[in-house]
Amino acid sequence: MYTGIPASPGIAIGKALVLTKKKVASEKKTVTDVTAEKNRFHQALNAAKAKLDQLIGQAYAEQQKETAAILETHRLILEDPDLLAKVETEITEKKVNAEFALEKALGFYIELLAGSDNAYFQERTADLKDVLSYVNPFLTGEEEIDPFPIKGKCILVAPELTPSDTARLPLNLVQGFITESGGPTSHTAIIARSLELPAVVGVARITAEVKNDDLLIIDGGEGTVLVNPAPETVETYRKKERALRAEREALSALKNAPARTKDGKTINLLANIGEPWELTKALEYGADGIGLYRTEYLFMNRDTLPTEEEQFEAYKEVLTKMEGKPVVIRTLDIGGDKNVPAIGLAPESNPFLGYRAIRLCLADRNLFVTQLRALYRASVYGQLRIMFPLISSIEEYRSAVKIAGEVRLALIKEGRQIGCHVPLGIMVEVPSVALLADVFAKEVDFFSIGTNDLIQYTLAVDRMNERISHLYSPFHPAVLRLIKMVIDHARREGIEVSMCGEMAGDPRLTRLLIGLGLQSFSVSPSSLWTVKKEIMKVKTKPAKTFARKVLLQSTAAEIKEYIETKA
Amino acid sequence: MRELTVTIKTKTGLHARPAALLVNTVSKGKSKVTIEKNGKEANLKSLLGLLSLGVEENDTVTIKVDGKDEDEIIAALSQCAKENELW
Repeated sequence: MYTGIPASPGIAIGKALVLTKKKVASEKKTVTDVTAEKNRFHQALNAAKAKLDQLIGQAYAEQQKETAAILETHRLILEDPDLLAKVETEITEKKVNAEFALEKALGFYIELLAGSDNAYFQERTADLKDVLSYVNPFLTGEEEIDPFPIKGKCILVAPELTPSDTARLPLNLVQGFITESGGPTSHTAIIARSLELPAVVGVARITAEVKNDDLLIIDGGEGTVLVNPAPETVETYRKKERALRAEREALSALKNAPARTKDGKTINLLANIGEPWELTKALEYGADGIGLYRTEYLFMNRDTLPTEEEQFEAYKEVLTKMEGKPVVIRTLDIGGDKNVPAIGLAPESNPFLGYRAIRLCLADRNLFVTQLRALYRASVYGQLRIMFPLISSIEEYRSAVKIAGEVRLALIKEGRQIGCHVPLGIMVEVPSVALLADVFAKEVDFFSIGTNDLIQYTLAVDRMNERISHLYSPFHPAVLRLIKMVIDHARREGIEVSMCGEMAGDPRLTRLLIGLGLQSFSVSPSSLWTVKKEIMKVKTKPAKTFARKVLLQSTAAEIKEYIETKA
Repeated sequence: MRELTVTIKTKTGLHARPAALLVNTVSKGKSKVTIEKNGKEANLKSLLGLLSLGVEENDTVTIKVDGKDEDEIIAALSQCAKENELW
């Protein structure tokens, strides 16, 4: 068994197709008819451009905007006047074949870029090699040699998959992905999740261990890969796969059912989204609104900051598509484990306690103002709420509100249309805020409890550190007490409180949270139905008694056991 | 001929998207457009040429536009730079 990083859940059982990128150097040949050779080059170039246009269109149609942007850069290289001139000169003067001339011309630039001290420029050499792979098949007439010789359904095994790879793959035949490099946010992982295909990434040397047509089992939830397993093992996994599918189908019946407890209390069931495909999923799974829109996606995987216009369009799209349902948009939450090249944060020894999120936004006023302008401008398209992350004192909230007020006024003075009421709220993820929930509840419009950081900060446990991961527990009584305080104070002041961390999506905790008085859950789109199913089983009154008893326990282990046994 | 000397503001320099934006902007016109950094000159209509200059943040570059539509090109470049905060 091989283990990697679980990148997209699900089980796939199928035959391996190992993709190893072989780079075959073009043979140097002498040509006699230089004009004919140049024509041949241009014909191949045009064919490649047409192919690329088709891929770009396809990427846009599939909402893979990032892929489309990369392919457009490749198209620009195919039109590069300097490059084309170099190829023509090479053909004319050296009387060499077009394949060789193109490879030589691209090689010139590859060498130049590879010699750069700047990693960004070095990485561009990969684009140039990609470009060669578009044109060459049309020159050599080897169009039949598909870089992805997929005949039937298969599980792809590759060192890595680039956006131009996935754009060219017949994805309908792919059952799952295994790659040697990459993490949970790698391109392969994102694509796999958007297609709901299982994927395991970061499996060292797997392309050397697996041969074409080997029988593979991927468990994307566990991050495991089995090669040529025994028939009994296959049967076990087939059962697990069928169970998962049956569960999914049973849950899909819940799509249009309201999230209501057994005794008729309506619960708001919202979705957490970040990447564009998650919005599609949130709609498909029937979310009552967006409880957390992480705006970091707009800032990551790029070299410049998104402009006000770009952000406006992104926010407008979410608000429009949600058709008047509430949408909570969180202002930029970077730093910690999320870096943005265009902001270029210096490494810190304690990043989770460092310069990040609202701290950074309050210090970098332009960055914050640009985002707030885009948000307020988009507010006319739906029910927008703005949420500030990592607030730790009331002064920070007041500073943020002051800037938001100034932005609002400036827009009104410019004659822009803005929504009449945009509630402002905070993430409750630092213990100091939970402890002062009564103070905050008098000033903010809403709370959203971010449990991942709240647990980490309350228990002083780095959630990325494997050696202490057993100490990180949503069942810890200290965490539950803080959550109760936040909910109680919010209800006393009559403000909305929801929960958007992992705890909200954990079906084991649904009854407890409702018992604590939580009326709004925001979960990843794929957890919407699971949580709804749990909500429908809960009766409010017994849940309250249950919650009270849970809070009487003194350890995380006792609470976990109590919850599991008193089902 | 018109000239523009600017200091690049994008944190990661002129590559990928910012570079493509500039190349696209000037390629629409008829004028000859060059970009110069530290005495090295490249054709701004060539993405690969621009990439090989290796323009990074805080580098000062001179863009020269020569041709009938040079005024339009300069205006388009300034507009593009402003919208995308290139310099």
